[in-house]
Amino acid sequence: MNPLVPQPAEIVEKRSFGREIHAYRLRLKDAEARPRFDFQPGQFNMVYAPGVGEVAISISSDPEEETIEHTIRIVGRTTRVIDRYGVGDVLGIRGPYGSCWPLQEARWKDLVVVTGGLGCAPVSGAIDYVFRRRANYGHVTILHGVKKSTDLIHRERFEAWRRHPDTTVLLTSDQPERHWRDRTGVVTELFDEVEFDPTRTLLLMCGPEVMLRYAADLLGRRGLPEDRMYVSIERNMKCAVGLCGHCQLGPSFVCKDGPIFRLSAIRRFFAARHL
Amino acid sequence: MTLPPSGPASFLPRARLQALIDALHERGYRVVGPVPRDGAVVYDELHRVEELPLGFRETQAPGSYRIEATASGLAFDVVNGPGSLKPFFFAPRESLLQITLDDTSFHAEETIPTPPPTAFIGVRACDLAALRAQDRIFLRDRYPDPYYAARRRDALLVAVNCTRSAATCFCASLQTGPEATAGFDLALTEQGDGFLVRAGSDTGREIAAALALGPAPPERVADERDRLNACADGMQRRLDTSDLPELLYANLEHPRWEEVAQRCLSCSNCTLVCPTCFCHDERDEPSPDGLRSLRVREWDSCFNREHAQIHGTNFRPKIAHRYRQWLVHKLASWIDQFGSSGCVGCGRCISWCPVGIDLTEEVEAIRGTQT
Repeated sequence: MNPLVPQPAEIVEKRSFGREIHAYRLRLKDAEARPRFDFQPGQFNMVYAPGVGEVAISISSDPEEETIEHTIRIVGRTTRVIDRYGVGDVLGIRGPYGSCWPLQEARWKDLVVVTGGLGCAPVSGAIDYVFRRRANYGHVTILHGVKKSTDLIHRERFEAWRRHPDTTVLLTSDQPERHWRDRTGVVTELFDEVEFDPTRTLLLMCGPEVMLRYAADLLGRRGLPEDRMYVSIERNMKCAVGLCGHCQLGPSFVCKDGPIFRLSAIRRFFAARHL
Repeated sequence: MTLPPSGPASFLPRARLQALIDALHERGYRVVGPVPRDGAVVYDELHRVEELPLGFRETQAPGSYRIEATASGLAFDVVNGPGSLKPFFFAPRESLLQITLDDTSFHAEETIPTPPPTAFIGVRACDLAALRAQDRIFLRDRYPDPYYAARRRDALLVAVNCTRSAATCFCASLQTGPEATAGFDLALTEQGDGFLVRAGSDTGREIAAALALGPAPPERVADERDRLNACADGMQRRLDTSDLPELLYANLEHPRWEEVAQRCLSCSNCTLVCPTCFCHDERDEPSPDGLRSLRVREWDSCFNREHAQIHGTNFRPKIAHRYRQWLVHKLASWIDQFGSSGCVGCGRCISWCPVGIDLTEEVEAIRGTQT
């Protein structure tokens, strides 16, 4: 089958977080295609605004749900069109593509999740996945940093995660407003407050690459090996099947070898700037 | 360097070259071969031997390409030109999908091309190697590309072995030439009064048999071996690949990248003439009435500023980053991705670079001054 053909999918729910971020729940129009759409947390779809273009968006729903959720930030030409779409409208999707978070490898282990910036969508689906199967995982530590405190979206989601047993959730802002009651500073400063056993911990990270590099360095010094650090990488993508060449990071095609990478597998290429 | 002798050869007298072209036509092929045009030799459709660049010879150097007429009468004395086989299989621009839009939904139809079966004559060993590289990418990855496959399926390849190299050639370093050893239906070696012919496929054997050629005398074969060996040994440019890809991976921060960026115009000529470069853009082109949209694929280049750009971030903002991407991909990461080098030693990127940047020189500069 031609992987480049988008499938029509109806928007069945739209939730907005501020003006810039919307979570769309999609249902494939073709009922027969629905059970065939099988993905793992961390994978992405090419989401198509008909007649406009495609964008690579990670899937933020749980694989066992009937519908597919995409949390989309309105930042470019195509997403500005998707912004206007509402319940009942039809988008296109093709996928799922790419690698997934190591949620099988993580069973019975502790998890440290470090996210930064406006969106933590690529990893929030994985966190939900873990909490739906809470007994299978050890201690979960979630560290999330934003620049301005008003950049924090999904606060209710963090609060819900915080209520789970054996779970630590810390939020920080390096430019907080007066009412901010969480930490102040960048996300890596939270590491001082966190205890983890490097022999039984997996790290999942998503955010600006400067943050990823610095965080990996700090946690590495605390004994966490790079083959248990996982990062979600963002690059320009057009085809999503490893043909168009845009998403390369050294020998890796982020679309098919990523977007989730074991850090040890890409270390020297990730360390080089502007590669 | 001594090349291994190839399979049994027959002899095609020069006067019967037209019979070969006719035989291809009779079997239903459109015939494409080298033709002189606008001061260069390019691949295009042809019907008559007289359309070949008879007697032409080219001179290539960094940033320079000239053809001139000689009295040799040779049909395949021009080693190559800016065009490779690439555009015939991986189209510079093509539609992927025809999308119909209505108020409630959309419908996407594939637009798989239906090209006529095409026979390519005069294909050099480097371009056959490039075709193998493109086949690996478009046909033997996780998602075979149906557009490329449709063009590639019925292609017939008549190779020509190189008995002369351009000053920009370095195929011997990459073991991709000067002799075509695989991937052809027929292979020719031009001599003064005719051609040695070898078949590399059943179709090739059928065509050769239909021409009722006699066996090539041993002295012709000996002469051919001498010429091919001399061509390989006499190649002016070399590329030492022994320490690739590690040499480039270990020198991602070498000052040479900044230095070459002072000369590089980031014009993308090298990627356009390269027979293996495969980067492309995909985008929708909606009709003015908003009822249809064409999903189009068009060649892109890692030298274009937008190549690594996403909202608010350009991962390769400077020419130094983009030149590094091109060279490291071509000579190093390509090997990790596809199991062979992305460079076949055709030298086009050297000749057609407007400022004459020579990738073999850039690699040597990095090797000589490793950080």
